[in-house]
Amino acid sequence: MRLHEYQAKQIFSEHGIPIAKGEVATSVDDVRKIAEKLGGKVVLKSQVLVGGRGKAGGIKLSNSAEEAEELARELFGKVIKGHLVSKIYVEEQLAIDKEMYVGFTLDRSRKGFTLIVSSVGGMDIEEIAAEHPDRIASVTVDPIYGLWDYQIRNVLYAAGMPKEYFKQVTAIIKSLYSILVKYEAELTEINPLVVTKSGEMIAADARLNIDDNALYRHKELEKLRDYTEVNQLERIADEKGLNYVKLDGNIGVIANGAGMSMATMDLIYLEGGKPANFLDIGGGASSEVVKEAISTILMDENVKVIFMNIFGGITRCDEVANGLVKAFSDMEVSTPIVLRLAGTNEEEGRQIIQKFVKKSGIGIYVVETMEEGAKKAVELAR
Amino acid sequence: MAIIVDENTKVVVQGITGSQGSFHAERMLKYGTRIVAGVTPGKGGNTVLGVPVFDTVRQAVEERGANASVIFVPAPFAADAVMEAVDAGIDVVVCITEGIPVHDELKMYKRVRAAGATLIGPNCPGIISVEKTHLGIMPTQIFKPGKVGIVSRSGTLTYQVAYNLSMLGIGQSTVIGIGGDRIVGLSFVDVLKLFEEDDETEAVVLIGEIGGTDEEEAAEFIAGSMSKPVVGYIAGITAPPGKRMGHAGAIIEGGRGTAESKIKALNEAGVEVGRTPMEVAKIVEKVVKKE
Repeated sequence: MRLHEYQAKQIFSEHGIPIAKGEVATSVDDVRKIAEKLGGKVVLKSQVLVGGRGKAGGIKLSNSAEEAEELARELFGKVIKGHLVSKIYVEEQLAIDKEMYVGFTLDRSRKGFTLIVSSVGGMDIEEIAAEHPDRIASVTVDPIYGLWDYQIRNVLYAAGMPKEYFKQVTAIIKSLYSILVKYEAELTEINPLVVTKSGEMIAADARLNIDDNALYRHKELEKLRDYTEVNQLERIADEKGLNYVKLDGNIGVIANGAGMSMATMDLIYLEGGKPANFLDIGGGASSEVVKEAISTILMDENVKVIFMNIFGGITRCDEVANGLVKAFSDMEVSTPIVLRLAGTNEEEGRQIIQKFVKKSGIGIYVVETMEEGAKKAVELAR
Repeated sequence: MAIIVDENTKVVVQGITGSQGSFHAERMLKYGTRIVAGVTPGKGGNTVLGVPVFDTVRQAVEERGANASVIFVPAPFAADAVMEAVDAGIDVVVCITEGIPVHDELKMYKRVRAAGATLIGPNCPGIISVEKTHLGIMPTQIFKPGKVGIVSRSGTLTYQVAYNLSMLGIGQSTVIGIGGDRIVGLSFVDVLKLFEEDDETEAVVLIGEIGGTDEEEAAEFIAGSMSKPVVGYIAGITAPPGKRMGHAGAIIEGGRGTAESKIKALNEAGVEVGRTPMEVAKIVEKVVKKE
């Protein structure tokens, strides 16, 4: 779960990391009032959960409360990289002297969180790494032993950090690491970490992503989830306990297993079609789950055909077939379905479908292999 | 021979009294897996499927000689179960559970490595040494004994490939699902090393997916140190960046971990990558026949 900048900043601030004065606003009126309070010279930052919002026009500078009001009018309702602006963080402008970067990210190969520091900042860390390889350094922290001062020192030396900043940066890095551990984050960064003309070090942006698997231990954070940021269909699917990701094609995909679902999408693409979604019904799905999966996909207006690709291991093909029949009986379904059933109780499943098709005359195309199924689905979508 | 587990492996099932645990324990027993004990704290003294249940893994090791464990414990308690198994001296821990917090997984990983034990998973279908033993949740009927090893980050996709191979009359030695999480106990390289040394394995199928750099590291190992042929498959050509595709580990982050990058790395290492599971099986057929 990715937190908004204003949410992350509040947590950072509570842990001693300096932030600029600011407040979040949900209306033009609020923006004006906050801007007035902050003396007019403010930054308006769209609170959207996507990187690169500055370049996409989501951050505006204002010199007066009136100008802030005008800019807010433009920003609210604007769509930035597919994300609707419904909250604006209004912050005092900083006189920036220098921009830097500090962050922690999970290193899957080294099995630990890696501290990354750069004595330049303000652009993507990937860009910094490419353009200033001599100004960036990192160390992977052992999850058992934790982060030690010498590791921070070594990284600061290697990144070419000016000596006069060592003390402040070290304190900020330590706070950031304690936040990472306390809230079980999977990523946290300050980019840019700025030094103002008066010599203060301030987190000008804040990123904090919490591990979804750990949220059950952090109920207070679950409340921070912004549902306006979640795709409507993905939210509905999530509530039904389905693993669903919306894509922009027109062939609905239902499969069992994450790898199998991706492989099914890929096959559709190789046959010249476009998948409308990723949907994994998991292992051992009941007919009820199958029915819910179909009804979720049918809510996507782009879907012209559904390809169900089931390889029964723990999942039973007869259970899947029953779910399909249930879906058709309970809903008005006119979308054709291409069905591939293989593995456990394959015969029973096919018989259920055959009987149902004969009785109802409904468009279910049963295929032998997943390759054949993808071909058929692409053909029907045309 | 087979790798990691064989017919002599003595298994304890942690969480054997739960619905998942008992369902799969029964299937494993039917396949011939030597399940010597079950563990559920508080249920010690009972018997499930003819298997004695203990309160602690240590008792299962001391009284029944268990040396491997399969874990069917809900996510909030699974890391604890792994730690307990390793502490009791278990050599091979198979953790089926999905949804373990990543900070716990890191500690688990370090603990297992420090003890010199082997962790398969978490979030995995387990391991099968065909017709010898099965520690996991795989549909055993699709496998045939033979000389192809399979290592995979995905469950169902592994079954699909094994099924296609079996249909072509090509059997398997050991099949391992290393798990779909970001932090898992075994890397592709770890398993490739074992297959390379295994007399009963002649060729290997590697089934990867988007996210991380495990496949790229495998490609490097294959190019430098692998004499046996490897055939690849990578899922997720159509996966959008920044979106988690079911598995916690299947995500393209910061432009890294794309299917293209993995396929390219494997190709450059001389690994033929099939575009579909059927194509993978056909390539294996060609490779094995040539041998």
